[in-house]
Amino acid sequence: MIDMDDLLSIAGKSYHSRLLVGTGKYRDFAETRAAVEVSGAQIVTVAIRRTNIGQHPNEPNLLDVLPPEKFTLLPNTAGCYTAMDAVRTLRLARELLDGHSLVKLEVLGDQQTLFPDVVATLEAAKLLVKEDFQVMVYTSDDPIVARQLEDIGCVAIMPLASLIGSGMGILNPWNLQIIIENAHVPVLVDAGVGTASDATIAMELGCDGVLMNSAIAGARNPALMAQAMRKAVEAGREAYLAGRMPRKTYQASPSSPMEGMIGHT
Amino acid sequence: MQLVINGQSQCFDNVNSVLQLLESLSLQDKRIAVECNGEIIPRSTFPSHLLTDGDQLEIIVAVGGG
Repeated sequence: MIDMDDLLSIAGKSYHSRLLVGTGKYRDFAETRAAVEVSGAQIVTVAIRRTNIGQHPNEPNLLDVLPPEKFTLLPNTAGCYTAMDAVRTLRLARELLDGHSLVKLEVLGDQQTLFPDVVATLEAAKLLVKEDFQVMVYTSDDPIVARQLEDIGCVAIMPLASLIGSGMGILNPWNLQIIIENAHVPVLVDAGVGTASDATIAMELGCDGVLMNSAIAGARNPALMAQAMRKAVEAGREAYLAGRMPRKTYQASPSSPMEGMIGHT
Repeated sequence: MQLVINGQSQCFDNVNSVLQLLESLSLQDKRIAVECNGEIIPRSTFPSHLLTDGDQLEIIVAVGGG
């Protein structure tokens, strides 16, 4: 086995795992915990919502199951359609997580497609960076917006592969590649991963990591899919670092020698 | 006093501070964050931050999400 010291570095902190996972859509906390554990993910996203007043005071809290001491919790702004909603949510999240400032920013533009409103996202990113948040930002696969978000000071750019929860995989690898080639901060595919090969392809393109939720939680066997995804991200990363063979259209290249063939003079 | 908690108006007796409010809702030991009239109330000030009639509070937690 070739052991590689190939750590993912985000906002000055290093991580072994390049697979980041969400915690939504699971049947229960036990299934959430099992899938997260098997995935090997160290960074885990959570949503910020109103607590249920007066109901089940002894109900376990997600943070009991995924303690902040063990995982890097990444609060998101899911459900925010304006920059101010997103900023307000993350201020609360930072207070909830004792000053932890690594956050995921998403500002959505449409309820059906959940496509990001990149203009509002840029606005929110500026405000958040000014308030010393370390912003990992969900965005479209527009290379100009990606560059602008990096220029604002976001610590990671997270372009979608396809629509949130769609499982359609990477629809535009060309744009993704442009973003990767021009970025000076980590690029992580976020949204649209459906199965293991999607994650591998993302890593082979040169992504620094992959963030997924539905691909695991929506699988028939989430823990098994989490295991597959762990391997998929590792395989894709190693293939990328190994440097793939060139593609040769219309020209075959035999792997076996041409000399010494039986029956030839 | 009348307080709006997470969008719902409720009446509270013998509640003066944020901590007392949380205790009346059995939330004092939970991992939550509190916003009052749009301002974040730091955890350390829960015992001292006094509430006024008509205050609007958001009490939030982390839940599963992508």
